[in-house]
Amino acid sequence: MNDKKTARNEGIILREIDVDAILIKVLKEDREDILREVTDSKLKGRGGAGFSTGRKWSLAAEARSDQKYIICNADEGEPGTFKDRVLLTDYTDALLAGMTIAGYAVGAESGIIYLRGEYVYMIDHIHDRIKNRYENKLLGDNIAGKKGFVFNITVRLGSGAYVCGEETALIESLEGQRGEPRNRPPFPVTCGFMGKPTVVNNVETFITALHILDKGAEWFKKFGTDKSTGTKLFSISGDCAKPGVYEFPLGITVKEVLTHIGARDAKAVQVGGASGRCVAHDEFESTLAFEDISTGGSIIVFGPHRDMLAVARNFMEFFAEESCGQCTPCRYGVEALLEGIEMLEQRKCSMKYLNELLGLCETMQVTSKCGLGQSAPNAFMSILKNFKHEILSRDSAR
Amino acid sequence: MLASERDQLKTEIWEMARKYDHHRSGLMPVLQHVQRKYRYISPEAMQESAGAFHIHPVEVYGVVSFYSFLSTKPKGKFIIRLCRTISCEMTGKAVIARQLENDLGITFGETTKDGMFTLEYTNCLGMCDSGPALLVNDEIYTEVTPESVADIIESYVRKFGASVTEEKKHE
Amino acid sequence: MTTKNSDTTNDIATKNSGSNHDNDRSPIAQRKFRMPEIMDAKDHGTSVKIVIDDNEMEVPFGTTILDAARLMNIKIPTLCHHEDLCVAGVCRICVIEIEGQRNLQASCSYPITQPMKIHTYSARVRKARRHILDLMLKHHYGECYSCIRNNNCELQSLAKEHGVDFYRFGHITAPKHQVDRSSYSVVRDMNKCILCRRCVRTCIDLQEVGVLEAVNRGNKTEIVTFMNMPLGDVVCINCGQCINRCPVSALHANDPRNEIWAAIDDPSKHVIIQTAPSPRAAIGECFGRPAGQSYTRQLNTALRRCGFDKVFDTNFTADLTIMEEATELLVRLEKALVDGDKKVVLPQFTSCSPGWVKFLEHFYPDMIDHLSSCKSPQQMFGALLKTWYAEKAGIDPKDIVTVALMPCSAKKFECNRPEMHDSGFKDVDYGLTAREMAGMIHEAALDLPNLPPSDFDNPVGEASGAGLIFGASGGVMEAALRTAVEIVTGVKTENIFENLEIMPVRGFEGIRYYEIPITQTAKVPAILSKALKAKSFDFLKGATLKVAVVHGTANARRVMEDIKAGGKFSHCHFIEFMACPGGCLGGGGQPIPTSPEIRKARARAIYSEDRSLGLRKSHENPSVIKIYKEFLKGGPCGYESHHLLHTHYLKRGSKIV
Repeated sequence: MNDKKTARNEGIILREIDVDAILIKVLKEDREDILREVTDSKLKGRGGAGFSTGRKWSLAAEARSDQKYIICNADEGEPGTFKDRVLLTDYTDALLAGMTIAGYAVGAESGIIYLRGEYVYMIDHIHDRIKNRYENKLLGDNIAGKKGFVFNITVRLGSGAYVCGEETALIESLEGQRGEPRNRPPFPVTCGFMGKPTVVNNVETFITALHILDKGAEWFKKFGTDKSTGTKLFSISGDCAKPGVYEFPLGITVKEVLTHIGARDAKAVQVGGASGRCVAHDEFESTLAFEDISTGGSIIVFGPHRDMLAVARNFMEFFAEESCGQCTPCRYGVEALLEGIEMLEQRKCSMKYLNELLGLCETMQVTSKCGLGQSAPNAFMSILKNFKHEILSRDSAR
Repeated sequence: MLASERDQLKTEIWEMARKYDHHRSGLMPVLQHVQRKYRYISPEAMQESAGAFHIHPVEVYGVVSFYSFLSTKPKGKFIIRLCRTISCEMTGKAVIARQLENDLGITFGETTKDGMFTLEYTNCLGMCDSGPALLVNDEIYTEVTPESVADIIESYVRKFGASVTEEKKHE
Repeated sequence: MTTKNSDTTNDIATKNSGSNHDNDRSPIAQRKFRMPEIMDAKDHGTSVKIVIDDNEMEVPFGTTILDAARLMNIKIPTLCHHEDLCVAGVCRICVIEIEGQRNLQASCSYPITQPMKIHTYSARVRKARRHILDLMLKHHYGECYSCIRNNNCELQSLAKEHGVDFYRFGHITAPKHQVDRSSYSVVRDMNKCILCRRCVRTCIDLQEVGVLEAVNRGNKTEIVTFMNMPLGDVVCINCGQCINRCPVSALHANDPRNEIWAAIDDPSKHVIIQTAPSPRAAIGECFGRPAGQSYTRQLNTALRRCGFDKVFDTNFTADLTIMEEATELLVRLEKALVDGDKKVVLPQFTSCSPGWVKFLEHFYPDMIDHLSSCKSPQQMFGALLKTWYAEKAGIDPKDIVTVALMPCSAKKFECNRPEMHDSGFKDVDYGLTAREMAGMIHEAALDLPNLPPSDFDNPVGEASGAGLIFGASGGVMEAALRTAVEIVTGVKTENIFENLEIMPVRGFEGIRYYEIPITQTAKVPAILSKALKAKSFDFLKGATLKVAVVHGTANARRVMEDIKAGGKFSHCHFIEFMACPGGCLGGGGQPIPTSPEIRKARARAIYSEDRSLGLRKSHENPSVIKIYKEFLKGGPCGYESHHLLHTHYLKRGSKIV
């Protein structure tokens, strides 16, 4: 199932490895050593939130419970993100092995891949790979001959809800509920799926962890910056010559990325998808790293001719539809922003009201219940900040 | 719904629920199965699922209404979902949308009279590098052009030997 | 004679209306803040030092910020939070600022696990709350002065407290939803709804009825019934608990005030009102008085001044209910024990809570034979007023309008049940809630608490304390035992239970079980000689009477499942069920707000009123004895009673469509 159309470069993640050999090697190590290695690597979650993976695994490992779960968040719904699609189809075994190791390190026997409903066409392939691993004793009981180590993986499908990419909403969905995020704390590492300690990691995180455990934390830290170690996959789309999935070391500047993908004339770049922010020309020297512009890897390029208000509208329409509707600031705040965009389109928005809306954005960021609501206003805010003049001087012809 | 069909539905739901020990965590797979097989989740199916998982029918309704791939109204045999998110929009989603409407003779949200096609928008399909993208049931189509829209529709019509959907009336 | 102590270790989980830590079946989504899961053994039982607005305090590990603030008497505004319900954390009004955190946190759902400094009204917090209120008001249709909850609305209060002086983000100008008036009891006006989901948590979690749930998502989210069907067509039991917990008027009772005024104003109509004990113990709350004081006799004056022609005490028919229901139980026991009749259905369930009756009809339709065939006191009274009273007073029953002041919204449904026409007319014309009654009194510009007290009207003025305590959970059981124990054993009940207080059946424990061994028996009294074949109660000698008291339909569900499974409760003889938490005093027609403390105060009011009465046993009520002599000549469960005071039930089932 090679996704041949997708442009990509070779990196330390995007390369062929002997998955099974690594798994067998790692399973010979002590759990503590695995946890230490992952923690030392300073690997941060690749889904976008950037929580330390080593810490997450350690917390779950410390939690005492008869049952623990490893969940792979394959609900890749962030607009402009498709790297997991590539990983799920081309690096399936690496993912399954990464989850198995996480299970071993944390003391979990069950793994669940929550695959978004839109990726249902991959499910047969994933099932095939899982079956193959059971046949080769790389899943199930006594994995790789390690007595008493049991790990099973099942695949569960989403049904079209972006918010289920939020880890607690994902767990709710697995439990047969509306995908409404939970109050946190408690966090899933102590009280997750079925109330049991649960590690929820992105597809890329599991695969990256596998590579780290193969080559060591020191090797991994050679890439990236001090705070944002390693490389990261970027999903690149929009107005550029070579859209696709790229692996870059963290800390790369926006400008470097744009040069690489053939988008030198870009007017702006949306980093992090709909929930990320719009970076304008004057910020192109900024770096893509957790300490600067944090991202799950979505890069959408806007060429010089793009109407940025239309872009903002598209993002706000997205959130209006995908908000779970649970908490007030997100449910109605997005709607108010969307109405604000309509006023701007009709050139009927006073500066006072525009500032009020920007104030509302700040409220949404700090009061919404989950990451979706907290990041929903980002696009609106950054586009209006960076392109205020363009938007306010729109002529009536539009 | 015929009595036999209803019994069949009931049996399926209860058998699937048993696999999950009638725990609510099995609700989504059951609903996904019903949606796939019957093209919608009827009030009967919701009440039956509620019974099988010991929850209230209104809770099942709450779940069904939450997820955009689950529906309480009958859908066509093939659901065409066109991605409307930013990258696909920038690659010309609007043109594809127009062509789909013209070729199927329906607007978004509608189902053709013969029950073959339902046309819907969806959010990001994860094909941003090769848009415009659309999903027909489980199959993905990328870099769709106005010309290929007709071919895609035609391939499904041919596959299932259905009559060609009526031409959109021009006033 | 000895009595066995109440069995407090129930082997099935119960929900207490007295605490909020009992959400054992709450949807997992809604009990996420529960602390045991997060608690590490090393932190167990430790306390954490926090500072809220410069007040320092140590609180137990895991306390929510809201609870901690309340311990310090610091007010944090809330909306979706309710003491009876599990935490949702959705309205976000209660956000506070924790020093060092970028985001504000919802205090209702944020557990304190480490020392922190909290600011409850910083600039960021105030701005956020205003924005959140403005967003809610944007979608909250209508004007306050045309609203049933004017002056008793949490959103209105918050708007006032936060200085809302204009609709910052606009205001909806046209209703989006049609008002659902299909139910006799509950009106659903989703144009007012602010999606706090208290009703959902009440209906699914607290009551386990499952009528209301959130559907759709994003700004299309709304609270609806199954397939958005009319409330009158779904499994709603009309308990009105959702009304009591709705912060606005999205859910309110079907208000008959205008019709009642019209009847009062019509000189050809003889308008009678009967008043139940629970609204009397609570209506003072609508006049700014603290909960826990009954205004029975002041209310009598108010009602006369409002123009009601007669004011009667529902407790009179509560006494009749005891006579009928206790007799029915003894008849069932005789049939089972003496005749060996295998078809006799036991335990017998009480039938005076119309919410409970409909609950059983929907969810356990095969078990409706367990229900006592007795009508509720309200309906007994209605049937008697349009027959016995009409005859006595010489008034054509078609000119009589009967109104019932009840703590209940389900009573509005009950009086509209088609079978409730045994007088030849609609036995009870209108059910009126305590809130609506207070409204009428306000409209007549009467200051209820300061009115001169007056008595009920004759000829049915007399009622016992047994009827009065019907208002509290366990009251029906206690009233029945006061009579049954005395009749069966021949020993004065007060010689067995000190002060006539049967404590084991009282309280707020969700399910209470109690056994009374019968060691001595008496002769069957004359009044029961027609109903029973036996001449003495010897057939009960050595038996143990097993009874239970259950309130809240969630608890009822547990007991019903236990009975179906042949558990402990299937061996009971008599079980009192009340649909509402706390019994009638927590009914859906009672003043808003409600909380465990308020319900406890109302119970105190009822029990202290009972203590103050001389007459406290139903069978000793001279009016009761008289009516069996004069009118219901067949005695309890006799021919006349059967016609007027008993009813039958429907197997409704829970399938919709």
